[in-house]
Amino acid sequence: MNHVNAQAMTASTANPSQIDYNEDIVKAGVIAAMVWSLAGMAAGLLAALQLAWPAFNLDLPWLSFGRIRPIHTSGVIFAFGGNVLMATSFYVVQRTCRARLFGGDLGWVVFWGYQLFLLMAVAGYLMGVTQSKEYAEPEWYVDLWLTIVWVLYAIVFFGTLAIRREPHIYVANWFYAAFIITIALLHIINNLAVPVSFTGAKSYVVWAGVQDAMTQWWYGHNAVGFFLTAGFLGMMYYFVPKQADRPVYSYRLSIVHFWSLIFLYIWAGPHHLHYTALPDWAQTLGMTFSIMLWMPSWGGMINGVMTLSGAWEKLRTDPVLRLMVVAIAFYGMSTFEGPVMSIKAVNALSHYTDWTVGHVHSGALGWVGFISFGSIYYLVPKLWKRPRLYSIRLVDMHLWVATIGIVLYITAMWISGILQGLMWRAYDKLGFLQYSFVETVEAMHPFYVIRALGGGLYIFGALVMCWNLWQTAHGRLRDERPMLGAPTAAPAASRA
Amino acid sequence: MSTIEKDSVTGTATTGHEWDGIKELNNPLPRWWLWVLLATVAWSIGYWVVYPAWPVPGLGTTRGAIGYSSRVDHENELKAAKSLQAGMLTKIAAATPEQIAADPEMRAFALAGGRSAFQLYCSQCHGTGAAGAAGYPNLNDDDWIWGGKLDEIYRTLRYGVRWPNDDTRMSDMPAFLADGVLKPNQIDDVADYVLGLSGQKADAQAAERGKTVFAENCAACHGETGKGNLEVGAPNLTDGIWLYGGDRNAIIASVRYSRKGVMPAWEGKLDAATIKTLAVYVHALGGGK
Repeated sequence: MNHVNAQAMTASTANPSQIDYNEDIVKAGVIAAMVWSLAGMAAGLLAALQLAWPAFNLDLPWLSFGRIRPIHTSGVIFAFGGNVLMATSFYVVQRTCRARLFGGDLGWVVFWGYQLFLLMAVAGYLMGVTQSKEYAEPEWYVDLWLTIVWVLYAIVFFGTLAIRREPHIYVANWFYAAFIITIALLHIINNLAVPVSFTGAKSYVVWAGVQDAMTQWWYGHNAVGFFLTAGFLGMMYYFVPKQADRPVYSYRLSIVHFWSLIFLYIWAGPHHLHYTALPDWAQTLGMTFSIMLWMPSWGGMINGVMTLSGAWEKLRTDPVLRLMVVAIAFYGMSTFEGPVMSIKAVNALSHYTDWTVGHVHSGALGWVGFISFGSIYYLVPKLWKRPRLYSIRLVDMHLWVATIGIVLYITAMWISGILQGLMWRAYDKLGFLQYSFVETVEAMHPFYVIRALGGGLYIFGALVMCWNLWQTAHGRLRDERPMLGAPTAAPAASRA
Repeated sequence: MSTIEKDSVTGTATTGHEWDGIKELNNPLPRWWLWVLLATVAWSIGYWVVYPAWPVPGLGTTRGAIGYSSRVDHENELKAAKSLQAGMLTKIAAATPEQIAADPEMRAFALAGGRSAFQLYCSQCHGTGAAGAAGYPNLNDDDWIWGGKLDEIYRTLRYGVRWPNDDTRMSDMPAFLADGVLKPNQIDDVADYVLGLSGQKADAQAAERGKTVFAENCAACHGETGKGNLEVGAPNLTDGIWLYGGDRNAIIASVRYSRKGVMPAWEGKLDAATIKTLAVYVHALGGGK
């Protein structure tokens, strides 16, 4: 092993520590991500409470469900997820290219420009400004601003790739690159709109009817595919091997699953429009491409999990690695569930029900949330130059509390979704509908309460994480038992 | 630059690349992974052969081997559902509510269909269990404003309450304060009298004064003893069942400003058979006379 390391050292022409990486921008991104995560999740908890007890809208228009819901979705996807993606991509691209971030202060323009985009979006939602496209609610002026910021982001990222001191581009950067390019494409095409006036917020989207629906779900599904999957796979490909201190399992698998994933994902959108005005041929393609997407998605899971081969014992002592592995497990589960739900016969039951909500959250809380938390736990001691996190045990606590929260959330949504679907389609033998809509809503109540409880636990975990990171950044170390085995022989002495 | 090494833990060769300390093993694609991927591709190709799938320039799209169309499927399902009920619905449309209730087969169908229609059109106001709410009558009890016989319920359903048509159920209690008929103290007195009618605690002297007010102003519709009159839709004031609340303040408000609830007329909105099934269902809820 020593011999191998020595070889590796001589292979590197420049010592990475001599390169002046821009780490301040990564720090800013990590802080922004954690702040937005709390805001986005709090909005989600409020929305969940409103569904269980409508009085939680407090009779205030700006707290009504229709405005809180996009604050939650944009808050966790674009604000939390987006900041994590930008921060980690800036970190990873510099390290794996052995080059300082391209463009000097341009990176900071991207960072602050993106925060401005988020603030404009949230302010609009609160005031009821929306173009009513799911996950693309911001109006034209916000869309234009994001387009500018995104192009600058692409310049910084691809510029850094261009000035790299490595002969090859690391796999994590392929995924980040696919994410940046495709999101630009999706964002621009889905948001093509004509403003009513240049001084007003209102605009009309150029697409109409079923073409609009198709464009919207081509966008919506690939926001999942390229924002929440490809981008976070980029994180997995850097932070899992780093945290496990093991080589990536298979280079060949990473190539094949990367290209098959990005080729197949872009076709899967029509499965959101089964049994609608969308022509049958498009529904067929949406469903079959979703089925074919199963293995390309699982390629990432295999590469992530198998990277731990030879390092499994680390899971007993390293809750950060454990967090990443649970993330990959949730990734595998939801990328299996997705193709199943895209099958028309299954979709006839699951569509428009809470099952979809549960599916999204097993991916969002389990995969996106946990891989982000794991990566941030890895990053913070490095960025703030601390020997380790303030507390390893608090990471473990975060993992367990949040995992229980996710399990409560998704099982409640599975049961209520299937119940809902069965109630909607129940006919008696004389051919009459068995339930009115309001009876199905009544039946959901206990599951909505459980869901809010699950979400509450997940937020509690995030608060524990924020505390842990805060203490770490301030250089404090918690005096605690190690992860394995009995309490240390002489705890009093060690504290003294 | 690149140095191919052997991973000491698994014995697998690396690709020789390294980024920030990360190396990659040169493992092959897992066989099972590849076979499942190919199986899903083969399955998809088979599906494209059977179902409409690919746009073809000049031809529209491929139609698929079995000629499937979700629109045709949907139409057939609707047709099948309609033909299942068609005979019974025709029979019910031609019968009177009494005849429907008397025939076991028609009655069973009407109860199922009436329940389904009630959930769809009536539960918004009367509740899914028909227990009503403030301002919306409870249909489970035997206290009726416009009559609880089958044909009376049927008429209320057809023409509604205070709905713009000639046959609607119309009662028009004056707003005794707003219309300047009574003074506030007279209304307070009559409220005490009405409280007493339903066996609630009331000021005896005020109730005594209110008795005269009641006789002169209220008895014409609600009757000398306050038991109401189904003919004119005047509620029974003695049974302790209140549409708008039976405490002192609620009664005073009702007398001062009157109450003018409405119910839509369903004739013209729903077909005759559905309205009849609703009448039979509501009649059977527990309070039908």
